[in-house]
Amino acid sequence: MSAVPKPRQQMRMMIVDDSNVMRRRIERSQQNDQLEVVGTAVNGLDAVTKFKQLMPDVMTLDLTMPEMDGIECVEHVIKIKPDVLILVVSALADKATAVEAIEKGANGFLCKPFTDDQLNEALAELIGE
Amino acid sequence: MLDAEEVRTFVQGTVHFFETATGHPATVGSPYLCIDKSAVVQDYAGVIGISGNREGKVYFTAPRGMLSVMLMCMNETDTGEQNVRDLVGEVANTISGNARRDFGRNFVISTPTICDRNNAATAATTGRSFVIPINWRSYAANVVVCLQ
Repeated sequence: MSAVPKPRQQMRMMIVDDSNVMRRRIERSQQNDQLEVVGTAVNGLDAVTKFKQLMPDVMTLDLTMPEMDGIECVEHVIKIKPDVLILVVSALADKATAVEAIEKGANGFLCKPFTDDQLNEALAELIGE
Repeated sequence: MLDAEEVRTFVQGTVHFFETATGHPATVGSPYLCIDKSAVVQDYAGVIGISGNREGKVYFTAPRGMLSVMLMCMNETDTGEQNVRDLVGEVANTISGNARRDFGRNFVISTPTICDRNNAATAATTGRSFVIPINWRSYAANVVVCLQ
């Protein structure tokens, strides 16, 4: 009799974007059953506050936001939880910005606009599927 | 002053946005020059301030019906006022942010300011602006680029 594979534990995901349309789009479009959306935040400052409470494993993060931008937010959350997986989802399409985000501690970069397939591929790659 | 190659960056960015985000392509008319006169703000406009190596603003303006249908094409069920305003800003933000591929990281973009017909002064431009007409499904919208 073959062993039944043990289901993998879901990873807790937080979505950070100042656009409500974009937050809802990411939540609706992500179809990875390894990911459970546990919270959203509207800017970097809000994200850091909620991050401390929710301690997510995965984060999608916009860069251009009021109060605190995404790059500064990466620096804060990496200190709180160094192994958090961060997918930057931004319209800023220059290579230097992507490189800076990765150097600060982000793990992936998805440029807006994106299709549902591109989002799901980026998330799958982020969590190592 | 914007040159023809730079205008092309915004045309390509606009076409790419509609194709990718809504799944329905847009056609772009011939960009035209508007001097010392703001292009008409339709029902809503998302305005991005530009600083750094260039100064000015970029805005996307569209009728409410178009924004509602765009939301539907993105599988968004809430087509209320807040999401319509949010979307017009997100389109402007995406088109402006994508332009950094050509303009570089010192093309600094602000977060969007949203205006409507009642406070169209936010979108006012001085000097020379390029207006890029957009046709999407049965709707007409504009991207306006005013850069020094």
